[in-house]
Amino acid sequence: MRNSSLFFLYITSGIVLLSLLLVHASVSESARQVNLEEKAALVKILKLTDLCLFTEARYTRHLSQADLNTAFQDHPLSLEHFPSGSFTQPPERTSERP
Amino acid sequence: MIELVNVKKVFNAGNPSEFSALNSVNLLIEENQVTVLKGPSGSGKTTLLSIVGCMSRPSAGRVKLQGREITSLPERFLTDIRRKTFGFIFQQPNLIKGISVLDNVMLPAYPLGEKRVHLKDKAMKGLAALNIANKAASKVEWLSGGEAQRASIVRALINDPYIIIADEPTAHLDTKLSYRFMEIIETFKAEGKTVIITSHDPLVYDSSMVDRVVNLRDGQIEV
Amino acid sequence: MRHWIEKQRYIIDFTLSSLLRRKVKNIGLLALYTLIVFILASTMFFTYSIKKEASLILKDSPEIVVQKIVAGRHDLFPISYIDTIKKIRGVASVESRLWGYYYDSLVGANYTLLTPPRNGSFTDTGKSTAKTTVIDNESTDSSKPLFELNGAVLEPGTLIIGNGIARLRAIGTGDYMPFLAFDGNVLNFKITGVLSSQSELVSSDLMLITGEDFRKLFGIDNSYVTDVTVIVNNPEEIAMVASKIKKRLPQARPIIRDEILRTYDSVFNWRGGMMIVIFSAAVLAFVIFAWDKASGLSAGERREIGILKAVGWETSDVIQMKFWEGAIISLTAFFTGVILAYIHVFFTGSIVFEPALKGWSSLYPNFKLTPFVNLEQLTTLFFLTVVPYTVATIVPIWRAATIDPDSAMRFTGE
Repeated sequence: MRNSSLFFLYITSGIVLLSLLLVHASVSESARQVNLEEKAALVKILKLTDLCLFTEARYTRHLSQADLNTAFQDHPLSLEHFPSGSFTQPPERTSERP
Repeated sequence: MIELVNVKKVFNAGNPSEFSALNSVNLLIEENQVTVLKGPSGSGKTTLLSIVGCMSRPSAGRVKLQGREITSLPERFLTDIRRKTFGFIFQQPNLIKGISVLDNVMLPAYPLGEKRVHLKDKAMKGLAALNIANKAASKVEWLSGGEAQRASIVRALINDPYIIIADEPTAHLDTKLSYRFMEIIETFKAEGKTVIITSHDPLVYDSSMVDRVVNLRDGQIEV
Repeated sequence: MRHWIEKQRYIIDFTLSSLLRRKVKNIGLLALYTLIVFILASTMFFTYSIKKEASLILKDSPEIVVQKIVAGRHDLFPISYIDTIKKIRGVASVESRLWGYYYDSLVGANYTLLTPPRNGSFTDTGKSTAKTTVIDNESTDSSKPLFELNGAVLEPGTLIIGNGIARLRAIGTGDYMPFLAFDGNVLNFKITGVLSSQSELVSSDLMLITGEDFRKLFGIDNSYVTDVTVIVNNPEEIAMVASKIKKRLPQARPIIRDEILRTYDSVFNWRGGMMIVIFSAAVLAFVIFAWDKASGLSAGERREIGILKAVGWETSDVIQMKFWEGAIISLTAFFTGVILAYIHVFFTGSIVFEPALKGWSSLYPNFKLTPFVNLEQLTTLFFLTVVPYTVATIVPIWRAATIDPDSAMRFTGE
């Protein structure tokens, strides 16, 4: 087979595969509605505030509930020592409330 | 057929190493003839050949092809003319390594976008005519000197040019192969093509099928 | 038109042969390029999905959570504060929360212990606080049981645990688990239920426990709770109510739902430490590639172009060839990288990232992300990788492609 035909074949199958995956994504979205709703319901019933992503410490487990001073942990010079700290930022504060 | 009027070629103009390869050359090459440009090295043969074959432009003077002036044509048109008119056979076969003989032979025709089936057919016929059809799929590194030379000839012919240009074609060939080469030239002549060869090989310029020998020395034609 | 297509095919044929001639170098290049696209695309897919999922799952988190802060730390919340809050205009109801952490030294994991809020407790405005949503037969019953999971009732002495804990400790319904209470006593709890694996993203490390057991375990007096949640009459007034709470209870820190959601918007933000390392490394590697490509041709390549010109290729033909050289590699790398990234993130649960994400935690949720794909990001990735590389391959050609074919005639030996 000609080289160029091989190349076109590869790219075409790449496009097809990618399209299939994107279709999979949109189909999954609807199929997972039930799953998402289950999680949302649990959040509502149990009054949860955070996703269970990083369980190393209290302020990584409950990111939104963390103390304002968490950036310094127990001491202002205390530096971040969890990998999770490099993914998350301190929650954005709303502007000063009156 | 091909006319050169007062052609000069200067290299490295303006630099201390400036030198004049051709000085005021006037030449008329006739159709359907075998013309040999003869001269010692440094005489400007290759430069002259290059200008005749539209591979480079003169520094001064005019070049006419079939009465049409081509000296100052834009590169695109010049390349087009060159592609359709001339077939070049270099001193070295100058084949592209790593791809097959067949691919090498078809290479000059790629930009023209001809259907592959036809092109391949033409190429195979050309290879068969020079007895190297069996090497079509081989990589060029596997060819002997003579086979490579023949492959480069087939390549030169792929676009059916009517003027063949050869630069020192027998420089790397033995006697037997050189005679073989001249036989091929004869067939070109019989087909109505025009042939221009540069050579300092007596086997070439003393050959009976040569119609005219032009002597070059120091960038000028000796009368 | 047909001629043009045929011509492109020829050029691609030739370019592919050229590339295959230097197999090792070009395959290495392709592999590296694909790796870069893979990492960037994986990161894109992962972060976008988690953020999207977070925004959908947490949309019904409490409107306002009020904590008490003492000396910069989250302290226990006196129930006397509850009346103060209830008196604020706009407040519909206030509910207390009991939750905390327990460190299990056996496996080195932190669990979140939580007492499910009782439907109707601590409210006296007559509004119900929780809807009964029936999923997996979980429902908050308005009569006695605090919490029920698939028929199993949460009673004193029992726990309902998250699937992550079940996995980590290899325990299940019916098993017993000992806990060390605040006073040194050992309390044994029986597992009556395990939360579903589908919900691990929010429940992996949860342990549902009754209020009395919680207080027994941690030694918390009845006059204190962990914090409270507030529901307001008019959702538009959440911020205002929050500021009123702050004014009346100076030590209180209200956290509104909006802040919760925005926390997760900025998690995995590209400005975060590790993300910036990943991106910088990828960008740098890419720039090096492109630079190498753009910095010139070898002598062999130059000779080849000379031959092409000599046999009748124009400058534009040579440039087209170089364009395809760049495009072939970048298109192949792009499609391969993105497809692999999709499979990596959505079918294998991002196993390559796992070590970094898991960090130092012993308990890591087993979650399959819902595939949310941002086409915009994908398109941007395409234009940021394919286009620069292709252009970089063409750049050095401008000079070389204009080689006088004459010079090919002068090659009298290799």
